[in-house]
Order: sequence, then C-alpha cells, then structure tokens
Amino acid sequence: MRQAALAFVYLAAALVALAFLLLPIVAIFVHTSPGHLIDQLSNPVVRDAFAVSIKTSVIAQVLILLFGTPTAYLLATRRFPGHSAAVTLVELPLVLPPAVAGVGLLVAFGRFGLLGSSFDALGFSLPFTQSAVTVAVAYVASPLYIRQAIAAFEATDRNLAAASRTLGAGPVRTFFHVVLPLARGGLVAGLALSFARGLGEFGATIMFAGSLQKVTQTLPLAIYAEFDRSFDATLAMSGVLVLVSAVLLLTLRIGLAWQSSSSPGSRSLFGLSTSA
Amino acid sequence: MAKLVVAGITVPLRAFDLGLSLEVGSTTALVGPSGAGKTTVLRAVAGLVRPTAGRISCGDSVWFDAAGRVNEPPDRRRVGLVFQDYALFPHMTVRENIEFSRSDPADAYLERFRIRDLERARPGELSGGERQRVALARALARRPDVLLLDEPLSALDAHTRVAVRAELQGLLRDLGLPVVLVSHDFDDAAALADQVGVIIDGRIRQTGTPSQLVAQPADPFVASFTGANLLHGQAEPAGALTRVTLEDGTSIVTVDEGRGAVVVAVYPWDVVVSTQRPDDSAMNVIAGPVMSLVELGNRVRVTIGQIGADVTAESVARLQLSIGHLAFASFKATGTRLV
Repeated sequence: MRQAALAFVYLAAALVALAFLLLPIVAIFVHTSPGHLIDQLSNPVVRDAFAVSIKTSVIAQVLILLFGTPTAYLLATRRFPGHSAAVTLVELPLVLPPAVAGVGLLVAFGRFGLLGSSFDALGFSLPFTQSAVTVAVAYVASPLYIRQAIAAFEATDRNLAAASRTLGAGPVRTFFHVVLPLARGGLVAGLALSFARGLGEFGATIMFAGSLQKVTQTLPLAIYAEFDRSFDATLAMSGVLVLVSAVLLLTLRIGLAWQSSSSPGSRSLFGLSTSA
Repeated sequence: MAKLVVAGITVPLRAFDLGLSLEVGSTTALVGPSGAGKTTVLRAVAGLVRPTAGRISCGDSVWFDAAGRVNEPPDRRRVGLVFQDYALFPHMTVRENIEFSRSDPADAYLERFRIRDLERARPGELSGGERQRVALARALARRPDVLLLDEPLSALDAHTRVAVRAELQGLLRDLGLPVVLVSHDFDDAAALADQVGVIIDGRIRQTGTPSQLVAQPADPFVASFTGANLLHGQAEPAGALTRVTLEDGTSIVTVDEGRGAVVVAVYPWDVVVSTQRPDDSAMNVIAGPVMSLVELGNRVRVTIGQIGADVTAESVARLQLSIGHLAFASFKATGTRLV
C-alpha cells in the first residue's frame, strides 16, 4: 500500500516536471496560427537577425573548433604544472554572468581598453561591429565544446595511440587517423552544445556589440527588440530557435551515442558507418 | 639476425626503479608477478617510455642512449609490439588494421594467420584468439626488427590458450627475429622462450634456460615462481646427506648441502601420491589430509598438507582421493633443492 502511494508520488512529480518543461515550447506554436508565423519569416527584421545569427555563430564555432580542439587534446593528454588551473580557466566563462563577460570584453578590446589602443593604432575598432558578436559568442560558448572535447579525448584508449606510433605513424597521422575518429562522437556532441549556447547568446553580445539591425542584432536580440513592437515576429523567431535547438539536441544525443559506440564491440549507429 | 641489446636502463616507477640489462638473440621471456615492471621494459624498448639512463640498440641502430642524448620516437624504431589487450583499432577493419603500417600488403598475412574470411570484420566482432592473430599480423606487417609480446596468452580462455600456445611456439621458431615476451606464468614462458628472466620489483633475479631455472633456482622466489613447493626448516648434516627438520617436526633429507634456516624446493611432478605409507626408495614421506584437488589441463594438482603433487585424473580416481582423507606424499632426496 505504502509502495503504491510512493510510486504514485514519483509518477505525479515526474508528470508535473515534464509538463512544466514542455508547456512553454507548445505555447509558442499554438499562440497564433502556423500560417501567420510563417508569414512573419519574410519580415526584414527577422530575416536580418537570422542572417546575423547564422553568420556569426558559424564563424565563432569554426574558431572554437580550430583553437579548442588542440587545447582540449593538450589538456586531456598532458600533465604539466598549472594543468588544473588551465582546466579551471577554460571553464570560467561557463560560470561568469554573460553581462559581466560583455563588460570584460569591452574593457579588454574597447577603444580605451587593455588592448584597445593597440587595435586603434592598427586602424580598427572591435566593439559594436559584427566581429564583436562573433567574439562574444566564442567567449561564452567555447567552454561547452572544450569541456566535452577533453572528456572525449580522455575516453579514447591511450594504448591505441601508442599502437599507432609503434606501427610507424607519426604524431600527426596518429591524431588524424586514430585519435580523432575515436573521439569524433564526443566532439560533435560538444560542438552541438556550444552551437546552442552561442545561438542563444544575449548578455555579452548586447554589452559588447550592441543591437543594430543587419549588423549586430542576432535572433535573441531581435526577439527582445520586437517584443513590444511586433509580438508575432517575436513568436516567429522564437519558433525558429526552438526548431534549431531541437536539431542541436538530437545531434548532441547522436554524438554521445556515437562516442560510446566507438569502443570495440559495435559497428555502426543508425546505419551510419563509423569508419574513417 | 640483429641482436636487441638493452644495456643498464633505468626507468623510475611509482614504487621502485626499474633497472636491467638484456641481450636478446632469439626468444627471451621476462616472467614475474604483476607490477614487477615487465610491461615497462617492452614500452621502453618500443620508445613509449623514456628511461633516465642506459642504452637500447638493435643491430647497428641505436634507439636510445642517455649519454649520447639519442631517443628515437616509436615510429622510427622497427618494433612490432603486441599489446596485452591487442589494441586493435576499433574503427578499422581487419585489413585496414594490418595495412596501417603501410609496409606490406595485408594479403600474405591474411593467409598466413588464417584470417582471410575476417578481412572486412571489425575487431569488435572477433573472438580473443582471432584478435590475437590480427594483432600479430599487424605487428609483423610492419616488418619489425624486434617483436615484443605483452602477456600473449593472458587474454585467452584456458581452452584457446593451449592451442594458441602451440601455434605461437611454431611462429616464433620460424620468425628468426629477436622476441621479448612478458608473462606472469612460468609454464607459458618456458613453452615459448629459450631464455627466461625472472623479474621482481624491477630487477632480474635470475636468467637461464627454463630447465636451468627449474634445476638451480637462485632463490626461493625463483623456485616458487617455477612452480616448486617451498618447505621451510632447519638443516643439519646427516652423513653424506642433509637432514632438514620442518616447522611441524617432520624431517626430510636432501642431497644438497646446507646448515641452519633453509628452504627446500620440491617440484610437484617429483611428488608421488599414495594412500598407504609407501615402502620404496623415496626417503621423504609427508603424511596429511588432502586439502584440495584442482584440475590443471590434463593433470590434477593434489595438495597434501602443504605439499602440492601433480598426478593424472586416472590416478585420482584409482586411489579414490577425496578432500579430507589421509594421503602420503613421497619424494626422493635427489628430487629436492635447497634454495
């Protein structure tokens, strides 16, 4: 009897929690008719924000991939003095309030900031440009990729890299043909997380880059700007971000499953060959 | 055949410093308990671990020389290392694994190791014995100057093990390469190698042919590692022989000379088991209850008191041996060694 009551409590709590998580998402799509939402996608504000978001996100993620992957590999495979300090530093933007990150970027790269005068001498100014959006996104999103990448590299069997070396492959070939294919799933998962975080970036961007349509106004900034002007546009942009987030969440799940399947014993996932 | 020479290398490990020298012409086995530093020796030869002192060379090529500041990376040393867990690349097929070293095409190896049918399979789909054949093929396809085998039989079940041991014996004989293999099992080492080094806490205690180690173990540890029973007691001369009084008061005689606290080594295959006190040329008889009966392949290890004896299953049945019953273990004075 008591067990049955307990089971009921668990079930009820789970139902409430899941409904709570799902309800706002459903509400975005049922508030107005789908046709109305699709019409809003031709609204110039929406289209400009979409273009700015995609462009800055893609560039930021490429930068994160190029700098983050070697950083993660180094932190995962080498132990050196200051190692744990470096790992902590990598995670810093994760706990830093985004608005504070924005202020920090401003006083670092702004005209009167730490590096601003040297930038000024070179003839360009970073704040309130589209590049500033990319920098803000890269700053706040990078820890999500790097953390996941460190975990992925740490999970790969060190003996496999050693075997590759004894078979005559140098460090570069070992990395690209053995380590990278084995860590691939985890890296994809990390990139999905980082992309999702970057796409939703608000605080650091508005502080460091402002919210200028066609230049620095990303989807989250446009959602805020249109909030009291055109609520339908706000809903349409929210809907777009929900769909993109869903795709990213799925990518994350597949990536993680892929990572755990690259241990010996499984061949492929969803019919995708996992070979190089 | 180029010789592998490991001269006075030192590798600091957590609990002790590994320090040893080796000269390998044909097949040398390093045996010892786990944690003795056996695998580290292989990793140092392969270049995966950097010693702090010493020199490693193979034929004319110097791979490591602490004094001359030579330290060739693993990919520049021609070693074939077969890892204990084989370390096959899980994301590549059998053929891709074998061709990874880009030295020889896989075909000859697929034939030689009877894995032609498996060329498209991935390591995850293979049995332990098949994985080992792929790992050997992959290591040899690199055309190494030295073959290193880390516990080549330990990942296999008892059944596969006997067959693989015989196969490996033939392979190592035909290779004509210096081979270093490490094992925690003296029988495996003795079956595969001409020279066996017993290694404990990073030092080689004794090197010799398997029969030398059995006939003249340098210390009690080597004796117990080669499978001997060790009996502790006090020795005193008794005519031309030596009498040893064991801790429980039983006295036995040995042809070796000794005095004071000694350890008597007796090999299980030199011990005869009976249910009646024997009346024959064996001078040593130890009576006691049968403590255990353990099957070891086609033999049974009978433990009487503290003595282990190897007999056939037929004998166990004929003598109707069962745990707890009184039995007699007898062995000749010439079958004992003082260590």
